[in-house]
Amino acid sequence: MADEVQTPESDDDGTRRREFLYLATLGVGAVGAAAFAWPIIDSMNPAADVLALSSIEVDLSPIQEGQSVTVKWRGKPVFIRRRTSDEIAAARAVKAGDLVDPQPDEERVQQPEWLILVGVCTHLGCIPLGQKSGEPTGDFGGWFCPCHGSHYDTSGRIRKGPAPKNLDVPNYVFLDDSTVRIG
Amino acid sequence: MATKTEFNNPVVRWVDERLPVFTYLDHEYNQFPMPKNLNYWWNFGALASVVLVLMIVTGIMLAMQYTAHVSMAFESVERIMRDVNYGWLLRYIHMNGASMFFIVVYIHVFRGLYFGSYKAPRELLWMLGVVIILLMMATAFLGYVLPWGQMSFWGATVITNLFSAIPFVGDWIVTWLWGGFSVDNPTLNRFFALHYLMPFILFAVVGLHVVAVHITGSNNPTGVDVQSPRDTVSFHPYFTAKDSVGLVLFLFVFAAFVFFAPNYFGEPDNYIKANPLQTPPHIVPEWYFLPFYAILRAVPDNFIGAWMGFTLINAKLAGVIAMFGATIVLFFLPWLDTSKVRSARYRPVYKWFFWVFLADCLLLGYIGSQPAEGAFIWIGRAATAYYFAHFLIVFPVLGWFETPKPLPTSISEPVLKENS
Repeated sequence: MADEVQTPESDDDGTRRREFLYLATLGVGAVGAAAFAWPIIDSMNPAADVLALSSIEVDLSPIQEGQSVTVKWRGKPVFIRRRTSDEIAAARAVKAGDLVDPQPDEERVQQPEWLILVGVCTHLGCIPLGQKSGEPTGDFGGWFCPCHGSHYDTSGRIRKGPAPKNLDVPNYVFLDDSTVRIG
Repeated sequence: MATKTEFNNPVVRWVDERLPVFTYLDHEYNQFPMPKNLNYWWNFGALASVVLVLMIVTGIMLAMQYTAHVSMAFESVERIMRDVNYGWLLRYIHMNGASMFFIVVYIHVFRGLYFGSYKAPRELLWMLGVVIILLMMATAFLGYVLPWGQMSFWGATVITNLFSAIPFVGDWIVTWLWGGFSVDNPTLNRFFALHYLMPFILFAVVGLHVVAVHITGSNNPTGVDVQSPRDTVSFHPYFTAKDSVGLVLFLFVFAAFVFFAPNYFGEPDNYIKANPLQTPPHIVPEWYFLPFYAILRAVPDNFIGAWMGFTLINAKLAGVIAMFGATIVLFFLPWLDTSKVRSARYRPVYKWFFWVFLADCLLLGYIGSQPAEGAFIWIGRAATAYYFAHFLIVFPVLGWFETPKPLPTSISEPVLKENS
């Protein structure tokens, strides 16, 4: 390109020089437009105050064995279930290879007793039933999504129905025996 | 428009045969003949349209983050400044963009005044321009209310109260504008809705303004009509290039304010949340309204009443009429100016009156920024009187008395003469 700039006009009527200038101008303009486009696009990303609320701490001590609680995290429900030994056994009895979205229960929990899931059906985003006593829990004793009939087991894995994936497991850490930080 | 352009690209050709947008673009922005002697004062129309687009883009993004409620508006603007990604940049561009828009448009107007761009056959083009200014003023005022600072609130209060000067129905109109008995949440809500609406109306009128200038063609520094293709060059690349140079320089100035003096044009009081129980000690409008504000305050008490013996018009109403009249009079300029010569280059006397008028407008702006007391009152009255005299006396009379310099026979003639 540098050669073209120095090409004397007498060589080729300045056509190449003009084309270079034309492309260079367009190029600089395009870079400028892109540089301005980014702040505009990025302004629609989560703002600092939204990100500041993106992790929560939950006190687990009031939750008895066999109970579930729902907490709100990033605007979505998070299911926290303190599983019974029967439920853990049921979840681990299944061969991972038989599942729609194969994943052993061990990979889905940090402590077998505590199952923590994003309570959003992986089909089209409804909230599955099964958190409160009396709600349908589906054919596998976990959760049942009323929108299109997806059944989840006691590890939150999809077993039957249109949902393609298991219920998401959020990032979390146990701060101590009775406190977990989600997010 | 009659002849279609032939395109090589089959997709472009397919579209163009059904909807000749590419032919239109080619005719109006590629081949369009422009007077070849245009100077850099002819950049400002293009600059104004760039600012309008910038304002609409940044405004839409800000509207996504803003909350039009009296208890949340101020905080939502602070959230934009602190929490939203690049929110500070979008807001500072939008805030300073308003000032840039008025600077560019005022220069555009004074260029039109100097070179007689309002004269036949461009009267309607000019009048559309005046409509654009009125829409800009309304939009700027509405937008200034949205941050819900002290100046927002009290500016809104003062400006809406102007309408109370209308005889008989004034108070009713003000209540109607407010949607209540003071500037409050209903007012803020409707101002936000209107502030979002008006730029699109503005955009449409700018479209008409551009169509109109492409019918008559641009005026030029000599004010002499284009007579042959020798007097013109094509829009592209000559004026795309010239406009780009001006645009880059302009963006330097714009960016300098946005990044280094973002609050230069603003009032510190507007970073105090609106308080309906306390008026700031010194209320001033944004700088672009100052000349009009000075005219509003210039009309003395009972001056018109005593003079005309007409009790319906009090000082408040007279001031309001004068302020709106200062813009409305521009609509009549094409007929108030009786001179057949367009450009001030060939009007030796008008040229001086033009500079006097420009100085008068700047003086009015200064007076508008000062408290209405002492000598400022009298200077403001004199400057207001001159403002109207310029349109109502100087323009009509000068056309009869002034002997213009001999006009060149064509646009190319003075250039050829200079170089021979």
